[in-house]
Amino acid sequence: MIYPAADLSLPIALAVAFFLLVGAALALIGAIGFLRLPTFYERLHAPALGTSWGIGGIMLASMIYFSVASSRLVIHEVLIGIFVTVTTPVTFMLLARAALHRDRTARSHGVPRKYPIGPEERPREDDEPQA
Amino acid sequence: MSAVIIYTAVAIAQFMLVVAMAIAAIRMFRGPRAQDRIIGLDTIYINAMLLLVTFGIGTGRVIYFEAALVIGLLGFVSTVALAKFLMRGEVIE
Repeated sequence: MIYPAADLSLPIALAVAFFLLVGAALALIGAIGFLRLPTFYERLHAPALGTSWGIGGIMLASMIYFSVASSRLVIHEVLIGIFVTVTTPVTFMLLARAALHRDRTARSHGVPRKYPIGPEERPREDDEPQA
Repeated sequence: MSAVIIYTAVAIAQFMLVVAMAIAAIRMFRGPRAQDRIIGLDTIYINAMLLLVTFGIGTGRVIYFEAALVIGLLGFVSTVALAKFLMRGEVIE
C-alpha cells in the first residue's frame, strides 16, 4: 500500500516537514556533541538528544503523514517511541556502571569515588581511586 | 507543492541522519576505550532506525516501520549484552 505525498494539504505537509527536520537536527546535534565532549561520562549525555526528541520528532512526522494520507488513525509509531524511551536509560545506566567499574579497576584519574553508605560499607584503603 | 515540501524535508533529514551516523562511526573507530565504541554503535543503530522511518515517509510505504521496529529491538539487546560483557567479562554466567 503506497500513500503518495501529493495528496496532502499544505499545512499538513509543513507540519510533517517541520517535525522531520527538528528530529533529524536533534539527532545530528547529539552526534556532534558525542564526538566533541572530552570525557566518557560527559559523552554519555549527548546521544540522549537523538533518542528522546530525535525519535519523538520523526515519529510524530510519520504519525501525522500516515494518518492524513491514509485518512485513518495510524499511531503504531508510538510503539517505537515508547520502547526506545524505556530502554535508553537502561542501556546507558548499564554502560555507565560498567565504565565506572572498569575505571575503578584501572585506577584512572577523575573517577568519582565510592561514598560510604553505612558503617559496614565504609570504603577500604584500596577502594580509593587515586591511591 | 506539498509533495515538493515533503520530499525536500525528507532529503535534508536523511542527509543529517547520515552525517550523524558518520560522526558516530568516527567516534566508534577512534574511541579511546571500549565503552565509547559501544555508545557509538548504539548511536549508529538509533540513527539507522530514524533513517528507515524517513525512508518510509519518503516512499509512502508502511513496510519500513516494521524494519525500524526490529532494528530497535535487536539493538537494545545487543547493547545490553555488550555492557554486561564489559562489566563481567562474560555475557551469560
